[in-house]
Order: sequence, then C-alpha cells, then structure tokens
Amino acid sequence: MAHMAEPAQFSGLQESSRTILDHYQSQVRTRRIYTVVSIVVFLIVLGASLDFANEANSGKFFERLPYFFDFLKSFVPNSPLEIFRAMFDLPSPYSDGSIKFDYTSDRVWITDSFYIPNFFYQLAITINIAIVSTILGATGAFLLCFFASTNLVGAGLTRWVVRRVMEILRAFPEIVVAGLLAAILSIGPIAAIIAVSVHTIGALGKLFFEVVENADMKPDEGLQAAGASWLERVRFAILPQVLPNFVSYTLLRTEINVRASTIIGAVGGGGIGEVFSLSIGRDHAAKTYAIIILLLVTVICVDQFSAWLRRRLIGKQSFEFGRGAA
Amino acid sequence: MSNLAVNAADRERLLAAYPEVFHRSFMQRWGLVIAAVAVTVYLAFCFSFFKVIPTFVNGNWDRAAIYLQDWYSWRAQPRLRFQNGQVMPQWTSRRQYPEGAAIDWLRPTSNGGYTVLFGGENRLEVTPSQVDVYIDGKLYPVAIKGDRAVLPAGAPARMVQDDNKVNIRFGFAGQAEIRNSQVYVQRRFLGWANFFFDTQSPFWGRSVTSVAGLMLFGERLDPAQSNASLALDNFLNNGSWQHGDILSKLMQTLVMAFVGTLFATFIAFPLAFVAARNITTSRPVNWGMKRFFDFLRSIDMLIWALFFTRAFGPGPLPGIAAIFFTDTGALGKVYSEALENVDDKQREGVKSVGAAPVIVQRYGVVPQVLPIFISQSLYFWESNTRSATAIGAVGAGGIGLKLLESMKTNADWDKVAYMVLLILLVVFVFDNLSNALRSRVMGKKGH
Repeated sequence: MAHMAEPAQFSGLQESSRTILDHYQSQVRTRRIYTVVSIVVFLIVLGASLDFANEANSGKFFERLPYFFDFLKSFVPNSPLEIFRAMFDLPSPYSDGSIKFDYTSDRVWITDSFYIPNFFYQLAITINIAIVSTILGATGAFLLCFFASTNLVGAGLTRWVVRRVMEILRAFPEIVVAGLLAAILSIGPIAAIIAVSVHTIGALGKLFFEVVENADMKPDEGLQAAGASWLERVRFAILPQVLPNFVSYTLLRTEINVRASTIIGAVGGGGIGEVFSLSIGRDHAAKTYAIIILLLVTVICVDQFSAWLRRRLIGKQSFEFGRGAA
Repeated sequence: MSNLAVNAADRERLLAAYPEVFHRSFMQRWGLVIAAVAVTVYLAFCFSFFKVIPTFVNGNWDRAAIYLQDWYSWRAQPRLRFQNGQVMPQWTSRRQYPEGAAIDWLRPTSNGGYTVLFGGENRLEVTPSQVDVYIDGKLYPVAIKGDRAVLPAGAPARMVQDDNKVNIRFGFAGQAEIRNSQVYVQRRFLGWANFFFDTQSPFWGRSVTSVAGLMLFGERLDPAQSNASLALDNFLNNGSWQHGDILSKLMQTLVMAFVGTLFATFIAFPLAFVAARNITTSRPVNWGMKRFFDFLRSIDMLIWALFFTRAFGPGPLPGIAAIFFTDTGALGKVYSEALENVDDKQREGVKSVGAAPVIVQRYGVVPQVLPIFISQSLYFWESNTRSATAIGAVGAGGIGLKLLESMKTNADWDKVAYMVLLILLVVFVFDNLSNALRSRVMGKKGH
C-alpha cells in the first residue's frame, strides 16, 4: 500500500513498527469516517426536526421574529412602580376602568381592614398544593418502596408488580389525571393535588427503592439472626440508614413540585399558574412582571432553603444526585 | 434463649461507654413524633382550606363512572324517534355505523317498530304507542300516553319514572330513556369503535384477514392507488380517531424535547467553560455566568413557554424555546460543576508541551468531562420527553394540547386513553434508549 504524503519522521521505520503504524492509521481512518457519517446523520435529523417544528407551528419562525420584538415593546409597563402596585394590589394612577389597571378588586380580605394581595394568596395556594402533594406522594412512595427492593422481598412477583405500578404512575401524564378529576370534581386545587401526588409516588418510589437496595445489609442480618420479623427488620435495620436520604430526596421533590403545580395551575388547577397564564394572554404587562418576580423569588427561596436543609441533614452527598427523577 | 439480663455494674459501664445511645438529645428522642404531629396538623388545615369534603361530596360521581368506562369501551347512541306512526333511528354526529348498515342489536320489525337487544334476556320492543321492556325475559309494557311515558305497576328498581320519562338501566350494556316522542338508547360495547377505519372507508367492518387479503391480492378499490396505500390513507385520516393528527402531534412533542435539549447542550457547553473557576480565571466573569444560569433556570419552564407562545403562536417552536432556555441554565450549572472537578494533571501535561489554550481544553479537559456531559444531557432529554407534554398543554402545542382539547369535550375519553397509551409507550422506549446510551457512554458502573 502506498503511503502518500507520509511525514518525514515515519520514513526508515522497521518492518514491525511499520505494521503497527499502518494498523493505527487505518483505525484512525475508520474512526474519522464514523465520526463524519454520524455528524451528517445527526445534522439531517436535526434539520428535519427543525423544519417539521417550523411547519407545524402556527406562526413561522422568521415571519414571527420581527413581531417578537413588537410583543416585547407592548410588554413594557407604564412605570416600574406599576409592577409594585400590581404586586400589592394598590390603586393605579393609570386606572381607566379596564381590568388591565384594576389591581384593587382582587384583594383577598381576611378581616374588614386587612387583606392579602391576590398574587400572594394565589402563590400560597400553589405552594401549599406542592407541599401537600409532596407529603402525600412521599408517604405513598415510602409505603411502596420496601416492596420493590430486591434485598427485602427477593425477585418475586410483588417486586415486579410494584415496580411496574411505579413506572406507570411516573410516566402517566399529570395533565390527564388533573383533567379527569377536574371533569368529576370541577376545576380546582384538589385535582392538581391528586395529579401531582400520583406522579410523586412514582418518581420518589423509584429513588427510594434504589436507596433501600444500596443499604448495608449487615444490621439486617443481625436482626434476622435474633429472630426479628420482616417489619422489625425494616424498622430497625433499614430505616435508620435510609431516612436521611429519603428526607433529602423529598425536599428535592418539593422544589420540583412547586414548578409542577404552577404548570398544572396554568392548565386549570388554580393558583398562581392560572393567574399568570390569564395575565400574559391578555397583555397585562405590570401584572405579568409582578407574577414573574414573585415566582422567581419563590423558586430561588425554595431551592436555597431545601439545599440548606439537605446540607444539614446529610452533608455534601446531598448534591450528587442526578436529575433522573424529574 | 440465653439470659440477657445485665447487672448493675455492667449497666454503669455500658451507660458510660455509649452515652450517645442512652442520653439522646431532645430532638433525637422526640423529633420524629413532633414532625409527625406537625405534618398531621398541617394536612388537617389544608384539608379544610382546600374544602376537600365539600368538593368530593359535590363531585359528579355518576358521570365519573361513565368517563372511566369510556376509556375502554364505546357507546352507540341512537335516538329512536316516533314519526307518522313509524320509528326512525337518528344518530348523533359521532355515528359508529354507516348509512343503512345492518346492526345486529338494533333491528327493524315488520310493524314499523324496532327491537333493541341489550344482551341476555334484556331487550326493548319499540313502537310509537308502546315500548315493551323485557328484563330477564319478563315483560314490562311502558305505555306512551299523550305527553308522557307511563311506568307499569310492579316494575323492578332498574326502571324509574323521571317526570315524563321512564329510565331503564341495563348496567354496563347500556341504558334507555323512553319519552313521548322518542326512545334515547345508549348501548355500550367493550373496546374502541372504528379504531382502524371509519365508516366512510371501504375497509370498514371487514375482518383483519379480509383487509389483509384485499391489501395483498384484492382488486383495486380505488383505481388511483393500491389497496395498501388506500388502507394507510384511510387509517391516518380516520375521522373519529384522527391517527394522522395524533401521531404528528406526538412527533411535535418529541421534537420539542430533542431539539430543545440539544440546543441547550450546544450553548451550555462553551458557557460552562466560562463559568468554571479553574478554567476561566476571572472571578467576576465566573460569578456573572453562574448567576445567568441561575436566572435561566429559576424562571420556570411554564413562564418561558407562555412567553414564547405569546410571541410565536402555539406550536413546537415555543416548546423548543422554553426547554432550551430552562435547560441551558440547568445544564450550564451541572456542566460547570463537572468542569470544576476535573483532574488538573492532564491539563498540565498538555500545557507543558506548549499547546495553545484551546488545544489544552480540547485534549486536557474535554475527554474527562465528555461522558458526564453526555450522560447529563441524556437525563435531561429523558425528563424533557415527559415535561414537553405538560408544556404543550399550556399552549406550546404537541400532544399535550391535543390531550387538553380532547378532555375538554368530555366525550373523547377513549381518544385520551389512546394518547396516554402512546405517551406511556414513547416514554418507556425513550427511557430505555437513554439508559442504554448512558451505560455505553459511562461504562456499566457509571449509572
């Protein structure tokens, strides 16, 4: 085989070295061909996807792009103070009778003279939906997870069934649960709570049983030797090991659920999500910014608080989770 | 059993040796109880705040049963109208039978009436003057007098007089409502009606073997195209199931997750090098980039989705943009943390032979972090495949919006079930795909 354009340092090699060099170079060539082919395939898929997305969209990307900035321009509040007024339900000087500048009528009166601004009230609903559904979901996951782990129930039918149930709960679209319940119970927070809880059982259940499977089995052997029942083994051998991790995962889930319940809210589950989707749909700039700021602050606070609590509970390990549960 | 009693000296010794076991702090002893009580009190408060009991009491539980049955069964709902001494069946818009089809449970009789079979010994004999109801073979004649239908004496509990109407329930098989001008029949069957071909299609009502035979050997039903392509066309454009539309919406959702995650990966990759403290040495730049990631991440995907829906109109583009913006932040954070944990020796090695800065990163850093990066991106891709459904429902299009529209009609629960099955299938496939790719990239032990 001819070696075209061979670098000078390769001339005069021995026969054995020459073979190794040939082999190496042919491998490099194969690898390059693979790389190029996969990049080309990848680009074709990407291009097709983008084209498909653009075709399927009701507005085309490049046609709509100029209007995007128009939209931004129409989304400038009359004055920065307006955002503040919208947030705290104070009367607006721009008031013209339309709901765009009507902040005061949404006040939630607790007593005759004391009110909670509407957005804060809605935010409280959303956060409570998230917390309640995390508690319910974590309880369900806690009860299920021991039956899904190989080290506690073996590889039998129970384990298989429980795992499949968890998978289905996890993958079942939340909005369908919420929509079905909304049709039965009328639209409201309860549909959102149940929908988010159901998903949480599946998501946390998976993480929980993985923790249980990684538990040290020596305490369990000790208890087994002393004649403890299955429940006693779980309670005294497994639980003390896994509880910190469980709590940590539950806190992490609370963060995710705050976001999830906002989204469910936007679909009709009540709370801040619904108010937000109404105000952005109606071009109420000040209200929209007020809600964005509130949501931003909430998400940051919840994240920071749960990070702090997790760090206290189990130290640095708490930050080495993947995001797989989301 | 051996005697485990401990004498006083041993007791003292054990107490002194393991104080942490015998003298636990207040929180250690009572923490769990206090937490349990607090959680219970909180749940009780929320129970009343969210008005759980009134909501459940006021729920439409009779409708709930129908909606749930709609998931796995279908109903035919003809109205048998009385016109000029004759009985004329009239169908709703969502009819499951073509014009003039012979229906085995709904047969015309010689005297201008109709027989409706509800399985077993249950049936209705409908004539304009009288409806003979047979329940378990026993006859209960319902007379139609002027403006009302009259319940016969001695009728079982399944038959109820409701104002001017008589309602009869046959359990799962269906129900009937006898009025002075019509009999409104609901007949329920297991399965999904006309799932493959609607009533307009020439393949309607044929068995699997007959359709297959037609596709392979049959005479062309439509001279313009082969039977196979006609069948595919009829399937995709099935009027009641809209397979083509649903599949294309599902594709949109998948594209949203794929393109969104991919773009986020591409953008987060270089930005993470800027944010990593050990690679870019300027503290203000690191700090700024990290806060930028936090900002993108903390603005909820919902906000981005609604924002871009407002700008680009419903469809996959806002979905892509929402996933792209949120995940650029999230991936940027994860990537920069991975970069800060790299082993410095390899960089020093490459640097020591006089390589340019870009080459140092390419050969000293990238090989270490690439598997982690790819693995994280795959995680995000997997979870976005799920969340894209929810984002779509908010207005970004795709299968989510289609689901929401179908649910709002309250009559298409079978279609909802179909879409849920498709989503479960897709999530399952993509979970396994991403798991397989991840374990190839990371090696079996990695995840």
